[in-house]
Amino acid sequence: MSATLTTRVSPRRRFVNALMLSLTWVAALVATLPLLFVLFYLLQKGVTSISWAFFTQLPRPPSVPGGGMANAIVGTVVVVGGASVIGVPVGIGAGIYLAERKGAPLAVVVRFLADVLNGLPSIVMGIFAWELVVVPMGHFSALSGALALGAMMIPTVTRTTEEMVRVVPSTLREAALALGYTRWRTSLRIVLPTALAGILTGVLVALARVAGETAPLLFTVLGNPYWSLSLNQPISALPLQIFSYAISPYDDWHAQAWAGSLVLIAMVLVISLLARAATRSGFARASE
Amino acid sequence: MVDEVRAGASGETERTPTESPRGRVGIHGGGVGDRVYSSVITLFALAVPVLLLVIFAVVTMAAWPALRTFGWGFITSSDWDPVNNRFGAAPALYGTLVSSLLALILATPLALGVAIFLTEFAPAWLRRPVAFLVDLLAAIPSVVYGLWGIFVLVPILRSYVMPFLRDTLHLGSTPFFSGPAYGPSMLAAGVILAIMILPYISAVSREVLMAVPRSQREAALALGATRWEMLWGAAIPFARSGIAGGVILGLGRALGETMAVTMVIGNRQEIAASLFAPGYTMASLIANQFTEATGDLNLSALMAVGFVLFIVTLVVNAAARWLVWQTSREVGV
Repeated sequence: MSATLTTRVSPRRRFVNALMLSLTWVAALVATLPLLFVLFYLLQKGVTSISWAFFTQLPRPPSVPGGGMANAIVGTVVVVGGASVIGVPVGIGAGIYLAERKGAPLAVVVRFLADVLNGLPSIVMGIFAWELVVVPMGHFSALSGALALGAMMIPTVTRTTEEMVRVVPSTLREAALALGYTRWRTSLRIVLPTALAGILTGVLVALARVAGETAPLLFTVLGNPYWSLSLNQPISALPLQIFSYAISPYDDWHAQAWAGSLVLIAMVLVISLLARAATRSGFARASE
Repeated sequence: MVDEVRAGASGETERTPTESPRGRVGIHGGGVGDRVYSSVITLFALAVPVLLLVIFAVVTMAAWPALRTFGWGFITSSDWDPVNNRFGAAPALYGTLVSSLLALILATPLALGVAIFLTEFAPAWLRRPVAFLVDLLAAIPSVVYGLWGIFVLVPILRSYVMPFLRDTLHLGSTPFFSGPAYGPSMLAAGVILAIMILPYISAVSREVLMAVPRSQREAALALGATRWEMLWGAAIPFARSGIAGGVILGLGRALGETMAVTMVIGNRQEIAASLFAPGYTMASLIANQFTEATGDLNLSALMAVGFVLFIVTLVVNAAARWLVWQTSREVGV
């Protein structure tokens, strides 16, 4: 390019620039359309089919009016709760390790494998939990679903914990050590509480992700038309119920599937917004 | 949702300037408490590789009977005959590749466009909302996409898009857009996958584009480049392998996506050139047939499909991470 300060940009180059610039506007517009399109239909079809009964009643046969997904909503809470019990401690522990020994060979390997784990198809997690829990036990159970979803939570929680522990100012750590705190007390009493809001964000992001998972549940919790809170029994879950209603031939079940989707999206969005709020308060504190 | 992807893109190079130089010294010394604490977190860290190994072992074991019986024929045969115990996953493998490639072709230009828009051209007030909306695409559960696909997307494809492609554009004479428009089809799967992987590709691309040093951009502009020439000649080459990593990451998502695809692809065990024809993917085959599987070999054949899927996504993801990591290291240095 033999440009001097006074060179005029040729019309062709100007045109290409303007064209590509407007194409990126088009791309941004087109990329946001599907979301608005999905949300529009969810609201339109979901709101009309949602009712109080949806939250309080058990599913009913297709020709019987009324009925709801109360047991599926509770089932999702049970399975996701179980998943957190499995995934959160492991994820946080591994995240602390990665942050505190970031250069260690094991840390490099774990960081890489956590990312690889994160990209594994959820259906593979389902096969894993099925073979490991369902087959030996001889029956489907909420526990196996919790294991599949819990394993899926680990990489997300690990990586966010790592990031959040890293941004804790080292002056805090040094101050604690200088005052005679041991390493582990410094970690648990000073560093972790400071990073807590950020870690919570990671946990919530992971929760939001697994709450909507369906594929692993096909192999593990199976679904259950009745009330069940037992970890040892098949249990219903909202995404699973949406799936079986969506592929059914009945109109009133389709309506229920839309209502269920609306509730599921609402759950996921509330968790995601909480995560955003937690991040904000976390950064506020870290930058104090 | 997309945060974890971003962590992967930028995590490696972060160096806090205030970092204690004796950070690693302390953790090795100290009393019993320190040693216990140190081993506990090491154990947790070890859980990640162990988990991956166990998944690999368990899936391989479940798949072994079918893999041993059919050998390589398992991925080259199109026979799926539970009655005579003959199983071949070729149509599912083909469907997985075609639907994922279609999704990449549709999503990559869009995602790149959005990433460039957000890093370069968007007015400040538009950046946050557009980024938020695109990120939100990743937060919608697969089964909800599936429901939307069945009742909104597929009817639109059947009544408008397919006739338009086939008749108005006269693409019906090519094998890819011929035949009756049923609705549930490879095309539907590709479109829905494209929507689902768009946020992942765009998040990583945005991240690596933002990591391109200012000096690189300013140098190009100072030489008289237009903004687009600056992007095309300076910024994008710099971010190239990172963008490739993002695309491959999206590919990994598309390959393993199950529910939405199962609900719109039509689930037919057949290799058809036409995108209008129904098909199968590996994930949808497993999900669709698992509850109906009769006999041990049938189940094992489904697990073997899972095994192939596992290997494919493992390789794809490792490649993607490596590429993203490469870029962030180059940019960091």
